[in-house]
Amino acid sequence: MFSTVRKLTTTVAFFCAIALGWTTHGQAQSSLVTDISSHLISVTSDFTGTELLLFGAIQIADEEEGPNRGDVLVVVRGPEKNVIVRRKARVAGIWVNTEALEFERVPSFYALASNRPVEEIAAPDVLNRLRIGPSRLRFRVAKSEQVSLPFEEAIVRQKSRENLYSDQETAVYFLGDTLFRTTIAIPANVPVGDYIAEFYLFKDGELLGAQSSPLFIKKSGLGRQIYDFAYDYPALYGIAAIIVALIAGWLASAIFRKD
Amino acid sequence: MTVYLPIAEISVNLFLILGMGGAIGLLSGMFGVGGGFLMTPLLIFIGIPPAVSVATVSNQITAASVSGVLAHWRRGNVDFKMGMVLLIGGIVGSVVGTWIFTILKSIGQVDLMISLSYVIFLGTIGILMFIESVNALINTRRGTVKRKKLHQHYWIHGLPFKMRFRKSKLYISALMPLGIGALVGILSAIMGVGGGFVMVPAMIYLLGMPTSVVIGTSLFQIIFVTANVTLLHAISTQTVDIMLALLLMSSSVVGAQIGTRLGTKLRGEQLRGLLALLVIIVCLKLAFDLVITPVDLYSLGEGGH
Repeated sequence: MFSTVRKLTTTVAFFCAIALGWTTHGQAQSSLVTDISSHLISVTSDFTGTELLLFGAIQIADEEEGPNRGDVLVVVRGPEKNVIVRRKARVAGIWVNTEALEFERVPSFYALASNRPVEEIAAPDVLNRLRIGPSRLRFRVAKSEQVSLPFEEAIVRQKSRENLYSDQETAVYFLGDTLFRTTIAIPANVPVGDYIAEFYLFKDGELLGAQSSPLFIKKSGLGRQIYDFAYDYPALYGIAAIIVALIAGWLASAIFRKD
Repeated sequence: MTVYLPIAEISVNLFLILGMGGAIGLLSGMFGVGGGFLMTPLLIFIGIPPAVSVATVSNQITAASVSGVLAHWRRGNVDFKMGMVLLIGGIVGSVVGTWIFTILKSIGQVDLMISLSYVIFLGTIGILMFIESVNALINTRRGTVKRKKLHQHYWIHGLPFKMRFRKSKLYISALMPLGIGALVGILSAIMGVGGGFVMVPAMIYLLGMPTSVVIGTSLFQIIFVTANVTLLHAISTQTVDIMLALLLMSSSVVGAQIGTRLGTKLRGEQLRGLLALLVIIVCLKLAFDLVITPVDLYSLGEGGH
């Protein structure tokens, strides 16, 4: 928990540094002012997913630059986890998991939105360096001795199928010259944890500025209490589950008893 | 209307879960089985993680068995002594089973093991039951009913540590019920079943218990085995979803009551034949999934830290 918070603060600090660096250095350049509709999403017992609104404005420093206001990319990343990818092979006629590869720090959620296709916004090496888009995420292998690419592709494919990774499925819309907004769908199966929303401003293929906001997705209400109980006091939870079952069974028998 | 399951970490349709609980309860009331062998594959099918399905169904079966045992106990159809011996075996078996389950989970073979055990056990029992019930149907049509011997003697009866079970009218080695109990305990932990579908035939055909006390006694020991499995899974894998278990319990007990009433309108061998067909269908579906090429050869699991 503390390590994720630290990771988050360093990331935030890093983005602030980028933003500050670009706004203060030399001649005035465009920069971003951004926010998100909610910094806390509560996963309650009736949670069916939600839409997150991300918005902001470009502060154009040089008014004479004309109609080219720049491009905006929005990325929402979820907490990083270690993931084991297993590959099946046919053994004696049935499909069995035979190979496994463990990856470190795989984002559990990743969504990208942009005002036009990212390939048109920046050069491939820039996109690769910033890890923009699910296909450009690179996962670290815990033990690197095997060919890992098909396994990495499997992560992206499966996470996309679960709606946890999305690549430019929603667009960033401009309202006038400087205001922009986008929505990112948060599905019902979203993992809980500390998220980060990143905003990038590009102009003529160059990164002009970046901003980030923290976002917390937490279980709340009864679901939260049950989850905490199950993980903090597993033995007591087990006993409670048994007592609930005993009472339910006895109640059913008492209600339906035919005398 | 959807409900978020805190341990399974997905949202499910409330009415789908209640409907499934009711339908399985109906079948279990009709056929006198716990229904875990149908419930677990169904839950996996609608997207509940296999580990959560197995552990949660154990919890639900505890409730179903309590309600069943109370009814049988009132009629005096529970052999508590036999139940205790089966239970000792069952507890040992469920500890071993949960241990196997945890190891399989860590090496990524738990889904395969669940499916394989289902195919093997459902296949064998389904076919045996089907043959038996068809034979019984043919015999009743011909009007020739064979009179069974009161006791048949096998090598089993030569085993040591003999015990007397008054209610079951048996004098047999305690090793037999201990062994059966242990086997059912292992199955219960790995497959998320009460094990009634193994226990009941074993008690009738291997132990030679009178059918009237078999179901009550089997249910009696299943309560403790599934309660133990629930506790062990809660401690070692944190996969018991109490929310899901409650939803399943509440609708399955209602279904079971309706099923019991429907069941009395059908003849025994017809019931057994239908159940056998159901078992074989579930088995074929699972076997098919093991053999056909999966949509995606890769699957994701949680890594260590």
